[in-house]
Amino acid sequence: MTAMLSLSGVSTFYGAVQALRCVDLEVNQGEIVTLIGANGAGKSTLMMTVCGSPQAREGTIRHEGDDITRMPTHAIMRRGIAQSPEGRRIFGRMTVLENLLMGAEAAGRTDSEATLAEVFELFPRLKERIGQRGGTLSGGEQQMLAIARALMSRPRLLLLDEPSLGLAPLVCRQIFGAIRALNRRTGLTVLLVEQNAFQALRLAHRGYVLVNGAISMAGTGAELLARPEVRAAYLEGAHA
Amino acid sequence: MTEARTQSAFRDAGLSALIALGLFAPLIGLVTENGDNGLTLRARPIAVAVVVVLVFAGRLLMLTRAPGPPVPRKPATNEALRRAGQAVAPALLVFALVLPLGGSRYYVDLATLVLTYIMLGWGLNVVVGLAGLLDLGYVAFYAVGAYSYALLAENFGLGFWTCLPLAGILAAFAGILLGFPVLRLRGDYLAIVTLAFGEIIRVVLINWVSFTHGPNGITGIPRPTLFGLAFSMDGGEGTFAGFFNLEPETIQRVTFLYYVILALALLTNWFTLRLRRTPLGRAWEALREDETACRSLGIDVTVTKLTAFGIGAMFGGFAGAFFATRQAFISPESFTFIESATVLAIVVLGGLGSQLGVALAAIVMVGGLELLRSFLSFLAEQMGSELFAGIANELPLYRMLVFGLALVVVMVLRPRGMVSSRAPTILMEAR
Ligand SMILES: Nc1ncnc2c1ncn2[C@@H]1O[C@H](COP(=O)(O)OP(=O)(O)O)[C@@H](O)[C@H]1O
Ligand SMILES: [Mg+2]
Repeated sequence: MTAMLSLSGVSTFYGAVQALRCVDLEVNQGEIVTLIGANGAGKSTLMMTVCGSPQAREGTIRHEGDDITRMPTHAIMRRGIAQSPEGRRIFGRMTVLENLLMGAEAAGRTDSEATLAEVFELFPRLKERIGQRGGTLSGGEQQMLAIARALMSRPRLLLLDEPSLGLAPLVCRQIFGAIRALNRRTGLTVLLVEQNAFQALRLAHRGYVLVNGAISMAGTGAELLARPEVRAAYLEGAHA
Repeated sequence: MTEARTQSAFRDAGLSALIALGLFAPLIGLVTENGDNGLTLRARPIAVAVVVVLVFAGRLLMLTRAPGPPVPRKPATNEALRRAGQAVAPALLVFALVLPLGGSRYYVDLATLVLTYIMLGWGLNVVVGLAGLLDLGYVAFYAVGAYSYALLAENFGLGFWTCLPLAGILAAFAGILLGFPVLRLRGDYLAIVTLAFGEIIRVVLINWVSFTHGPNGITGIPRPTLFGLAFSMDGGEGTFAGFFNLEPETIQRVTFLYYVILALALLTNWFTLRLRRTPLGRAWEALREDETACRSLGIDVTVTKLTAFGIGAMFGGFAGAFFATRQAFISPESFTFIESATVLAIVVLGGLGSQLGVALAAIVMVGGLELLRSFLSFLAEQMGSELFAGIANELPLYRMLVFGLALVVVMVLRPRGMVSSRAPTILMEAR
């Protein structure tokens, strides 16, 4: 069976600075895979490399068997991949509804009616705020909007970059709960980048640990949680 | 009010007065006059003193007026304001439609000028207001449109209505041509390159003498016809006056030109308002907000930017063709940077992205000064006042000064432009 997403020997550079070192990573159909690592380890870079911005200098990235390494970003995002980028990046002056429509239209979808209903079922809060400007939402609502906007393109693979960043634990649990529900109900494949290692590893089927741009460990969520090095480096002081 | 605050207010006001003195002593204090032996300088100390005292008093008043707590608007007031705002656009439209019935050539000419700037403003609004691409060389497309028509008419004898779409298409091509090299640029860098593009077009027009007649410009550009009826003065067969059995008069042509630009401007407005509600229009606005987010959603940023440049330029081209046919004469001098700056100022003042704001700003910036001048001369005539007559005569000289002042005042009072609220492109009820 071909993997949903596979990276082999991927290296990415910012000018002369190497940010990813020969990364191998695989995400299978229906899995939640998490990528954890310290600040500046290269997690966001990995996610953006999958999206082709920046493009990988070496190695191959395959999506459902096709080589997407050299594709332009907009072509990649129309293959059934969607992303909620680091820092949410919602459109602040546009309304919630407009933000959501952008997610559908940008990927060339025009049948947004049904998807909209599904997204509102997942995040009822957004429905209440449908006409409100994105910039005036709370942090948690903005994060929901960012995820919902990504879902509007009906992706088969969802990339999430630090959805828990700056959120209160309760809101954070809501978001993670929504991700789990999506995965269970629709079989959506998720690659989740997180610093909040404890929750991410509990949620994910499998995980990878990124250190200085290279994968240092891989395993199931439970395995990684049990590893003393992981506990020491990423779970110290975490609210367990 | 405390002693210290009063003191500092006086110091501040004094400083402002000093700056005003430095600025206005040469600007207002000295006038050149044609004397018996050439130009002579005349000093006007009183005028300077009046301005300096005004600045001093104004600044003092501004500083000493205690800043009370901001009074929150009552919901009822807000609602009333919203209602009034909704009525502004239809009222303006009706006014524009009936304006020529007044029969005053002066006002129709002025309104034609204002409408040309409204049209240019609406065109640039697509690029700067919606897509957020700062373009300082918009006049280039105005020039391309004007020269397209003038040259097509001169070389191939084509009429205005044939050339109008061609001028738009050629300008759109120029827009896309400019778009390609600047695709990767943002903000300041984009502004500089577009500025250079505007200058390049003008310099080419000046120097390519064999094609454009260089600085001499192009004369005898044909006027538009109404379904083949010309507006010529002979009143013969096949002219407007001849066909309708009227006495041929210039006002007929002027009025016709007015309705042409009104129709063109309304078409621009209608087209832009429609586009705003399409995926492409929304993509423009999203691009203005966050280019990175657009990419990550799968928007083809290249296409989105190029269409914005192309469509914005097309409207500029239409306006240019109209300008050429109205003036019957064009030269590179009409397409200097100051035109780009004026149009950009109109868009920014109006509130980036707001169609109504652009129209209001154009009326104030282009028509306002002219109206003030005619009002002052009217007063002067009525009251036999030397002072008003003097101010009215000199006012056009201060055009750019007043323009700058208005810019500053609007930006201080309303930093997001005259109409800063953004209407959603889609509502839930409409679905
Ligand atoms: N646009 C960029 N230009 C240059 N260096 C960058 C850029 N983005 C990230 N980096 C560098 O790449 C490394 C990885 O960054 P990033 O992927 O953002 O880490 P993480 O998401 O794991 O915190 C860091 O050292 C960072 O400084
Ligand atoms: Mg990151």
